[in-house]
Amino acid sequence: MGKWTRRGFIAAGVVSGGALMVGVGIREGHRAPKLAKMMTEDGETLVNVWVKLNTDNTITAIVPHSEMGQGVFTSMTQMLADEMDADWNKVTYEQAPAHEAYANYPLGREFLMGDTKVPGMVQDSLNGGFLRIAQSMGLQITGGSTAVRFTGMGGMRIAGAAAREMIVKAAAKTWDVPAKELHTENSHVYHDASGRSEPYAAFAEQAGEYAPPTQPKLKTPDEFKLMGKSLARFDIPAKTDGTAEFGIDVDLPGMKYAAVMGPPVLGAEAEQVDETYAAEMPGVIKVLNKGWFVAVVADSYWQAENAVRQLDVTWSKTGAESLGQSDIYAMLGKAIDDAGGKGKKDISVGNARRAADGAARVYEAEYRVPFLAHAAMEPINATAWVREGKVDFWSGLQNPLAVRDEIAGAFSIKKHDVTVHNVMLGGGFGRRSEADYPLMSVEIAREFDHPVKMIWSREQDTQQDFYRPASISRFKAGLDDDGMPVSWENTFVQKHDPPEASHIPYKIDHQLIQHTEAEHHVRFGPWRAVDHTQHGFFIESFIDELADQAGLDGYAYRRKLLEHSPRYLAVLDAAAEAAGWGRDMPEGRGLGIALVDSFGTVVAQVVEVDVTGPEPKVVHVWCAADPGYVMNPDGFTAQIESGIIYGLTAALYGNITIEAGAVVQSNFHDYPMLRMRDAPGITVKLINSGAKVGGGGEPGTPPIAPALANAVFAATGVRVRSQPIANYKQGLT
Amino acid sequence: MAETKLIVNGNERSVDVDPSMPLLWVLREQLKLNGTKFGCGIAQCGACTVHLDGMPVRSCSTPVAAADGAEITTIEGVGNDDGTRHAVQAAWIEHQVPQCGYCQSGQIMSAVALLRDNPDPTDEDIDAAMSGNICRCGAYGRIRAAIKTAARA
Ligand code: FES
Ligand code: FES
Repeated sequence: MGKWTRRGFIAAGVVSGGALMVGVGIREGHRAPKLAKMMTEDGETLVNVWVKLNTDNTITAIVPHSEMGQGVFTSMTQMLADEMDADWNKVTYEQAPAHEAYANYPLGREFLMGDTKVPGMVQDSLNGGFLRIAQSMGLQITGGSTAVRFTGMGGMRIAGAAAREMIVKAAAKTWDVPAKELHTENSHVYHDASGRSEPYAAFAEQAGEYAPPTQPKLKTPDEFKLMGKSLARFDIPAKTDGTAEFGIDVDLPGMKYAAVMGPPVLGAEAEQVDETYAAEMPGVIKVLNKGWFVAVVADSYWQAENAVRQLDVTWSKTGAESLGQSDIYAMLGKAIDDAGGKGKKDISVGNARRAADGAARVYEAEYRVPFLAHAAMEPINATAWVREGKVDFWSGLQNPLAVRDEIAGAFSIKKHDVTVHNVMLGGGFGRRSEADYPLMSVEIAREFDHPVKMIWSREQDTQQDFYRPASISRFKAGLDDDGMPVSWENTFVQKHDPPEASHIPYKIDHQLIQHTEAEHHVRFGPWRAVDHTQHGFFIESFIDELADQAGLDGYAYRRKLLEHSPRYLAVLDAAAEAAGWGRDMPEGRGLGIALVDSFGTVVAQVVEVDVTGPEPKVVHVWCAADPGYVMNPDGFTAQIESGIIYGLTAALYGNITIEAGAVVQSNFHDYPMLRMRDAPGITVKLINSGAKVGGGGEPGTPPIAPALANAVFAATGVRVRSQPIANYKQGLT
Repeated sequence: MAETKLIVNGNERSVDVDPSMPLLWVLREQLKLNGTKFGCGIAQCGACTVHLDGMPVRSCSTPVAAADGAEITTIEGVGNDDGTRHAVQAAWIEHQVPQCGYCQSGQIMSAVALLRDNPDPTDEDIDAAMSGNICRCGAYGRIRAAIKTAARA
């Protein structure tokens, strides 16, 4: 497998008592843009992955990610354990803390080693910088489908392989035999010629004397024993008996409860709060007006929530009070008009304009998508305890270290006086990468000397989100006599991440892809698969329209445009074949196909839709996915299934709308979710193409909306150019 | 405030709370049984599902007074008397159902109630019994498969 960054290093050492630790880090001075903001001080050294070989021969992987259902504790540990030739039954994990405990020498020592002295455990090149370990490569961020492809490939595997090499070296010295006569298995070293074998732990102390190998040899896929296997997830048993601890379950001595209300028109401030009635309600301890939100603290959450709903709040006027959803769409459309075909360029190859002018004909279409809330199952919540200028903080976070820093910055507290405690996330989808609710929770708790648990109602969760942005995208294609595209011009509004989301997989010689921005008050944030969900719908709908213009079906047309890429073709073919593409469809049914490459994983989906009922019903989804290599097939499949249902919910129903400047929807009755009775069967085919390893959490989401829209077209002849797709029955397309 | 007697997972418990306080918050905050989850508060998502005298109910919308003297079973008490997992819980592990896991206490409580009344449910029976439970992680296919496995257990 590939080399890793030359600025990376491996650190190792043995702690007194005999446990060996190996970590992978980034050298001082590493200043990748994403990384720089994670560094708390100049000269800080970042270390991200650790393995601890304990004296009882158990192995602990220290995982710098949050568990939000993607099985990250298991897949990370699996990658490390495989390279280490570890006994899987004796491997456990710990989640790395987001704290100076991981970034500060004495506290780091305490976390990693207990109360022991640190021997010469630091590689020369570290210059002691290791002792201020923090966070690396944004790797404590859980999102962007980063875990397996970055932490796992670039950290876990290397740490495991390095640890194994050092142990082998130590065994060779101890037994006075050549290292090449030794082999490892199940956390033991074997010397067949002499019949000797010892557990790894027997060599830990000796191994700790060595500088770790700078380029440990990684296994090739044919040598994998654990990678590629559907190992059961560590976190599942506790999620079947109520013992898994989520943020909302945090319980502390003397804890009180807060309910909050944010401004209905995002950005407004509470000017006046009439608490006459609320303050007298049972259990109420205090009413707080913090401007950007109001809160009630009470003996129980229910009392606090009842009281906050009785507050009479006068919110400031922001100028957005008159805005409705159609105004916002009009603003987006106008932004594209105003750009006048001269937006900021994403891609410009050939000359799309001239090619269109010379084409046999041109074809144009416009698409749009609405705002979407995340609606994680666990409503937003956080618990804070502010004591003697220090903050203890508990909450499900996708980016705990950044939140620690935000809290420290906002309240002028030293970073190492903010402790973020890890808990499980009841879903994240991007929402739990924002710092608003952590700051809110601390702002409330610092009024008290006891801990306060803040819980948002579902209504707050829905109306105070950072939404997937509404967007409009316009296309113009020049077509040759056969209807094949000679040019592709696309202008869209609202560009965020990742930058390549608007790129197309198809071979078209002349391309001009550009964007513009439109300012409005509805705040946005990353939503599962980020911009790929919008562009997946836009691009894969338009290409389907072009197929129709050419008189071809969507599968055949895509095939022609993907001949340059065997990888894409293989994924497309696998999905089409699984679905039985081309078979006769009964009246009222249709098949639609779409392909999206996101986060390094190529996914094609075929949807079978039934339009005979009051709403389109997805009967089945066939999905093919190529993430390069699948580390944990069952876990990966589960994430793809999840991505499909998440995307399908949005495609069918998702519609956050603005009226009088405020979000209209409030709870699951008016922001509906796909339920069991509407859940399609899902077939997932996995492809190990050997390409660079891609992500799993997000790539399942983008293709489903266009595949559905294309299926609706196949079934009805109606082209649905906007979401939610269920609306097409009311004539809204 | 009023004294309310509850029999929770076989143990008699007495709480002194507003009779209109939802059972959900009594379980979580007074009795420290945090396995039952809050998702919506308006009987839309099923995360708060518990059994009240054997019937699955949405505890977020059940005033504690309505549970006075009743037998309540929560996720913490759904296992077998000998301490082993209920067949539904075991099937949940076998099928690796949970993702984030937040909805799963409610899902399991609904599934246990379904199988008690209907040991061999059809797909339509599963749809009817389980459609009150939202899973934002989209584990529906696995839930369906696990229910069928548990039915055979
Ligand atoms: S919390 Fe009770 S049904 Fe959602
Ligand atoms: S497992 Fe996450 S909501 Fe169901």
